Amino acid sequence: MAVNAPVVPETQLNLNDPQVVAEQIKTQHPDAVESVSAQGIVVKNDKLLDVARYLRDSLAFDYLNNVTSVDWQDRFEVVYNLTSMDRGGAPITLKVNAARDNPSVPSLVPVYRGADFQEREVYDLMGIRFAGHPNLRRILLWDGFEGYPLRKDYKEPYYEEEKKPFGSRWDQGYHVIAEDRNPWHDNVQYPANFDAVAYKPPRDHIQPISVEEATASRIHTDKIVLNVGPQHPSTHGVLRLRVTLEGEVVRGVEPILGYLHRNHDKIGERNTYLGNMPFTDRLDYFSSMANNLAYALAVEKLMGVKPPERAEYIRVIMAELTRWQNHAIALGFIYNDLGAFYTPLIYAMEERELVLDLFEATSGSRMMCNYMRFGGVARDVTDDFIEKCKYLVDERLPRRTDELEAYMVGNELFHARAKNVGILPRDLAINYSTAGPVLRASGVKYDIRRAEPYSIYDRFDFDIPTGTVGDLYDRFVVRVAEMRQSLKILKQALAQIPAGEIQTGKKNYQVRVPKGEAYGRAENPKGELGFYVVSDGTPNPYRYHVRGPSFINLTALNDMCVGYKIADMVVILGSIDIVMGEVDR
Amino acid sequence: MSEEKPQTSSLQVANSEQEWIDEQVRRTVWTGPWNKLLDLLDPIYNWGRRNSVWPMGFGLACCAIEMICTSATRFDIARFGMELFRASPRQADLMLVSGTVTKKIAPAIVRLYNQMAEPKYVLAMGACATGGGPFKEGYSVVSGVDKLLPVDVYVPGCPPTPQALLYGLMQLQKKIDKQSLRDAPWYRKGVAEGVPEPILGPDLIDARRLEEITALSGDPEKLAARAVKFQKPAKAEKKE
Amino acid sequence: MAYGLGLLNGLRITATRVFKTYVGDFKHLGRRYNDKLFMERQSVKGSGIFTVQYPEEKLPVPENFRFIPFLVYEPALDADGKPVIDPKTGKEAIGKQKCTACGICAKVCPPQCIWIVRATTPEGKPKPQPAEFYIDIDVCMNCGLCAEFCPFDSIKMDHDYELSNYERHVSHIYDINVLSKPAAYHAKIHPTDWAHEEEERKAKEAKKKA
Repeated sequence: MAVNAPVVPETQLNLNDPQVVAEQIKTQHPDAVESVSAQGIVVKNDKLLDVARYLRDSLAFDYLNNVTSVDWQDRFEVVYNLTSMDRGGAPITLKVNAARDNPSVPSLVPVYRGADFQEREVYDLMGIRFAGHPNLRRILLWDGFEGYPLRKDYKEPYYEEEKKPFGSRWDQGYHVIAEDRNPWHDNVQYPANFDAVAYKPPRDHIQPISVEEATASRIHTDKIVLNVGPQHPSTHGVLRLRVTLEGEVVRGVEPILGYLHRNHDKIGERNTYLGNMPFTDRLDYFSSMANNLAYALAVEKLMGVKPPERAEYIRVIMAELTRWQNHAIALGFIYNDLGAFYTPLIYAMEERELVLDLFEATSGSRMMCNYMRFGGVARDVTDDFIEKCKYLVDERLPRRTDELEAYMVGNELFHARAKNVGILPRDLAINYSTAGPVLRASGVKYDIRRAEPYSIYDRFDFDIPTGTVGDLYDRFVVRVAEMRQSLKILKQALAQIPAGEIQTGKKNYQVRVPKGEAYGRAENPKGELGFYVVSDGTPNPYRYHVRGPSFINLTALNDMCVGYKIADMVVILGSIDIVMGEVDR
Repeated sequence: MSEEKPQTSSLQVANSEQEWIDEQVRRTVWTGPWNKLLDLLDPIYNWGRRNSVWPMGFGLACCAIEMICTSATRFDIARFGMELFRASPRQADLMLVSGTVTKKIAPAIVRLYNQMAEPKYVLAMGACATGGGPFKEGYSVVSGVDKLLPVDVYVPGCPPTPQALLYGLMQLQKKIDKQSLRDAPWYRKGVAEGVPEPILGPDLIDARRLEEITALSGDPEKLAARAVKFQKPAKAEKKE
Repeated sequence: MAYGLGLLNGLRITATRVFKTYVGDFKHLGRRYNDKLFMERQSVKGSGIFTVQYPEEKLPVPENFRFIPFLVYEPALDADGKPVIDPKTGKEAIGKQKCTACGICAKVCPPQCIWIVRATTPEGKPKPQPAEFYIDIDVCMNCGLCAEFCPFDSIKMDHDYELSNYERHVSHIYDINVLSKPAAYHAKIHPTDWAHEEEERKAKEAKKKA
């Protein structure tokens, strides 16, 4: 089924080592590299585009995982993580410095189109300009917002102290609730001498269409701009889409994000390492267990601890149960978008409730599990859990998977709606940095559980299902196949789970994290969830960035939708399976 | 489990004194036959309304998933006649604010509320919609939807379980039961004014406070005086 | 496959499920609503109708379930060793708070919704007891870290989720009176936890005596 790999230049070099990569870059661009360390390769600002092109074309680093930035007070640093789809392994880190005043960095959009939204996010929150970006506007906040919130000198209206725990909470308890502390008695702040009466907000930005463009088609219809959302039953949350239509045919889709921007990054920098754990639950709220795991992996990478055997197994069991229920709901929503209103979805919900019962009994909450700890898990699972889980995995869930699939497999209406709709070809899928089922449906056999095995995934026998065309149908089939693979892993894990400890070392609420930085990632149900954590040795992270797979998958939405009907757009959006909590963070 | 719920101050419903007096007047003072008729009609009217509260299908964040769970098979909101999630505010009676209200979505929420036809109710579901929740400290979060709209029922929890939401909906039904045709504001003469939409400027601008904002932002001293400063008590004070 | 068979197959599944919801009704004719059958329906092995008739039936919450935190106190005992009932609140009178105002819960709380004033002796020295204890439940994210890291087993997560009300500005900041619940309540909702704590306490006492 898999279409594998265009030919890579055969090298004996270990290209997962930054030193080796830097040597290779130096052969082509001798003065481009500033310094090399285990933390990454620092490249000269003006040479970035050349280096990136070289890395993509000659060394097959064809996938841009993550773009983020760090405010080092005296300068800004933009951080890129690159991987090769075929080689696998850990991503290498590329860094560029930018001046503190008027920072600017060349845009990587010409090389990696997946950088589009990510660079806009960096511009929005950190205020770094990307020269050559086609559409550099605010993405999570709105045009006209004052300030760049992720800079270290930015203070929110409810600012209390630099780091948690706040001193006002304990001993004397002289805490005043935030509304009273703020002079406006609300979560707002305005620049000095701000004239609210005369203020006119900037108009919504709409790309103008020329007369020639508007009348270029055979049948002379005018293009219209249709606004879908932010409150719309088909947008899976508070997503807004600005769709350019020509009759019924979509000519362009621009997602407008930020309606659920909840400052995960800023709160994360203020919080302690452990305090961020429950916040990660609220990223992709369908799969909180998997989010916990990804965050725990990133911090454990920095701390250098490993959880005991039993905890590893519990983690895998939880993550795979999460994957099953997430995909079940995703399928239900696709059916819903196609017009099979609610029936398949509530069947999926029913099974999800049973999985959530297990989560609730173990972790205490249905959705917001807050279950993983650094070097272990919060609570041990009971025998009752294992027994119930075994029954689910052996008997019930396989039947339900078949049932959910049976709605589609021979259904002629589904085939007519789904086949050859919303095609995302393989090279575009990689270039757009899509991840998870969307990437695999386009025929890329890439799964972090295999490419860079974390936890104990290297012990299990499972396949990576891939699609061939990259259409809506493939994305559906890949999800069903992944559900089966999850059950396969669960079966093995439940059979092998050993007795023993669930926590390495003593449980501690203020973990010590040595200085350094790490990009930890895990294969979430929706794709690669990454956490970029910079530690300065204090109990709070210096920088905390979330790479949300749904957010970056949305970059490809425009290419998937153009040329199809407006009704297809709704289903294509459903097939990406986005969660707004993760898109807007 | 719930039978033993301790009745404490924070769990009681605070009815204002004025409300109590009105109630007493209504019960004791002689009223004409028209009012007697209304007394007979009220229970029927409220029975119908309380069992067909149509919520607006409007999910904001995590709580929306629990809202969907509530409407799915296990908790089956249809038993309360509330299963009809309307996509259009014109057809909805209840706005279930399920999740974090950010500043960017605030104008949209107010517009949707204004578009809803009377009688309309607002239920704030979860900590975020109630008072900002764990994200309250963030720069882009409205600390509670009651800053924008009048809220009828608050459902605490992060997220509230489906049963907690159902309990909240039952509280709303109780509230509806207490209303009377006689003083229903939506049958009064005159045009009810909507809530003015907030404006997205350098920060969220409440359209009801434009003059205040302009005046105060030009006067930093007066502005600073409005904030309650906390100071660490120099010495441990004796409490009580 | 002939056109339309796949469609019919889908309809077959739905029809089967509709049919199954009636099976239970006929099987347990007239006595469908009892606790045993209810738990069976709700378990992983259940099939057919799945609905919890909420106000009448309630889905039991597991022991680990967490909602809003509460403080455990030892009730004051009268001469017979029975807890004294406070006539004002109707609750058991507070004998001794388990909380020592060590502040770990306030420090570990991710959204910082707990604030504590430590009691002082008349001389002004700190006393291991809270004078005031507040939780803003509009900020609380029910994460359970406070209960997890409390070294004195004094803060626990409550199971009571029916907290909706019509007002928030006064009643949603829980003070120590609202938060305090007797140890018997804790023992009732967390039996395993309680047994474990008792065991530890007894072991400690035995050690002290020895």
